[in-house]
Amino acid sequence: MANKQEEAVFTPIGLNKNKNGKIDKTVKLPEPTKKTYKQLGLTKQNLVDMYEQMYLQRRFEERAMQMYQKGKFGGFLHLYIGQEAISTGTVFALNDNDDIITAYRDHGWGLVRGVTPKAGMSELYGKTAGCSKGKGGSMHFANVKNHFWGGFGIVGGHIPLGSGIAFANKYKDNGRITACFLGDGAVHQGVLHEVMNMCQLWKLPCLFVVENNGYAMGTSVERHSVGEIVDRADAYGMKKVVLNGMDVLTVYEKMKEIAEEVREDSMPWFIEIRTYRYRGHSMSDPQKYRTKEELEEYQKVDPIERLKTYIFENKAISQKKLEEIEENVENKVLEAIEFAENADPPEPEALYEDMFVEEEATFHK
Amino acid sequence: MAELQFRQAVREALDEEMERDENVFVMGEEVAEYNGAYKATEGLLDKYGFRRMIDTPISELGFAGIGVGAAMNGLRPVVEFMTFNFAVLAADQIINHATKVRYMLGGQVKVPIVFRGPNGSAGQLGATHSVAYDSMYAHFPGLKVIQPSEPADVKGLLKSAIRDDDPVIFMESEQMYGLKGEVPDDEDFLIPIGKAKVKREGSDVTVVAHGKMYHVAKQAAAQLEKDDVDVELIDIRTVKPLDIETIISSVKKTNRCVVVDEAHPFGGVAAEIGYLIHRDAFDYLDAPVARVTLPDVNAPFAKNLFDLWLPSAKNVIEAVKTVTYNS
Ligand SMILES: Cc1ncc(C[n+]2csc(CCOP(=O)(O)OP(=O)(O)O)c2C)c(N)n1
Ligand SMILES: [Mg+2]
Repeated sequence: MANKQEEAVFTPIGLNKNKNGKIDKTVKLPEPTKKTYKQLGLTKQNLVDMYEQMYLQRRFEERAMQMYQKGKFGGFLHLYIGQEAISTGTVFALNDNDDIITAYRDHGWGLVRGVTPKAGMSELYGKTAGCSKGKGGSMHFANVKNHFWGGFGIVGGHIPLGSGIAFANKYKDNGRITACFLGDGAVHQGVLHEVMNMCQLWKLPCLFVVENNGYAMGTSVERHSVGEIVDRADAYGMKKVVLNGMDVLTVYEKMKEIAEEVREDSMPWFIEIRTYRYRGHSMSDPQKYRTKEELEEYQKVDPIERLKTYIFENKAISQKKLEEIEENVENKVLEAIEFAENADPPEPEALYEDMFVEEEATFHK
Repeated sequence: MAELQFRQAVREALDEEMERDENVFVMGEEVAEYNGAYKATEGLLDKYGFRRMIDTPISELGFAGIGVGAAMNGLRPVVEFMTFNFAVLAADQIINHATKVRYMLGGQVKVPIVFRGPNGSAGQLGATHSVAYDSMYAHFPGLKVIQPSEPADVKGLLKSAIRDDDPVIFMESEQMYGLKGEVPDDEDFLIPIGKAKVKREGSDVTVVAHGKMYHVAKQAAAQLEKDDVDVELIDIRTVKPLDIETIISSVKKTNRCVVVDEAHPFGGVAAEIGYLIHRDAFDYLDAPVARVTLPDVNAPFAKNLFDLWLPSAKNVIEAVKTVTYNS
């Protein structure tokens, strides 16, 4: 037995797959929207703004990665590169006071909800000027005053928090809806299923949005999930849809439609947005589990390049003007790095702050 | 003053705080239609309706987390666990989220939530329904842990817990719900969190106890009195923050101390109090601090084994005799 090469009994092969765990292409992208920006009610300026935002997210992270590799700061660093159309399309579709919560792959979400490059970079560097005063780091970007409730590091842990935020919105009848983003890997946490049941039961204005980027660390979706992720909704009678997450207009279109519907009927949705993570899970990932070819397949449909092409096709802006915008973004990111490097680290007293609400809480020394 | 049962004190505190603040609501298994597994929420559904009295499915992790999210977003949830033995399923939300969001987001949110329910053993319920978790929660920064022993303390402390802007664990006991006591009916009767109470003054030995163990210690003190041993009995009421000053000043007077705690011994509140006394009153001690706790073993079912397992007045008396060199 020992030296006989056999098909491993527990090799996860997913549903209807019998290739013993080998994958050709990890996420299948559905068709993008056929509507034009005008049909979606967008202006040329909107397209340019979306582009600027996506480009900012990308350059912020590419530069952050460089600084990390130079050893400028420590901790984890999970990059969102490849997925920018989701944060951008969503935030353009939702109202500014709708609530958003996500996992640790959160830099893009912070930036699109008003964390400035300086506050973001300072957070990575662990400086007081960071969006969470340097006490959260990469995984805990947040800007609560702009209704971005943060990034969370326990896989699935923030899912009931999102539902609770939605619960409070419904309790206060304030018309806000909550979008809770999670990874394909987080789908298998029991808590998702507990709260999907409760959200449907209690009609909470909550969107569960899976950013299916093909992998949970090094395990591809087909090796960690049986059946289609989106079909989880069926068990709860929840409305569901699968979207192409490499096209910002598709994300915008559907998220807007859904948000309007939820505002009307206060029923939750389960949304699977398919995308692709270009970089490793975190900075220490040698990426042995996927091929270069696979990555290149998705880089061919890069959401930023795609929008750029669309912008030029529709003459939304001249090439020169767009280059100016890019340069401006680049400069802001570089300034943010310089700012973060020179910013002050927290005072030692900060260790004891933000624990209890009392000014002088009792600590046991 | 009115004479109330322990469960009625819980109910009154909830009722008054719900009346006072629209953002307070109660959520948990069987809290609404069934009127509470131990009738601590009786009548509240009739008064406040299904919007504020929320029956949940048996999903401790899920509803604890919904509570935390709702607290972040401005509400004041009181989440009931049927017992804290089931709250371990929600540990991720209590320990990893409720206690940490405020800190890790640099103070951008508050989490004013109360997790309440019975704690510890309640007779022969077997190993999974008999655990005292107060010391475990007290271990984690960011939580306040209350475990009262008498109806008045219940009311005053639960009201303070609901008004507190931090997460609070509020522990009751199935076996105390029927216990009666005088309770002030003032709507603003609040007992500050973190204050112990000397419930019996004495000069020979300090006995520290809380929750159900307070009654065991009280019984022991009554018997010791017959042998001319004068016990000073302190009910800490709040495990964390711990009112160590009250304990220390008593020990400085009696020079001896026994800590009674319904939890397993390793790393429990009895161990912590023992350390703090040695740190702050070493020179005053005439005997090493003794503790009476559960053994480091699971709860048995059989009556005779169960009686051996749970700390009793007899165990307390023996410990007192040891520290007074009377055995
Ligand atoms: C409860 C828990 N288990 C395991 C981990 C370690 N871990 C961090 S990220 C991750 C993979 C999650 O993948 P996915 O949900 O698809 O999100 P993605 O990283 O693709 O954004 C794992 C296993 C964790 N942080 N929390
Ligand atoms: Mg993933």
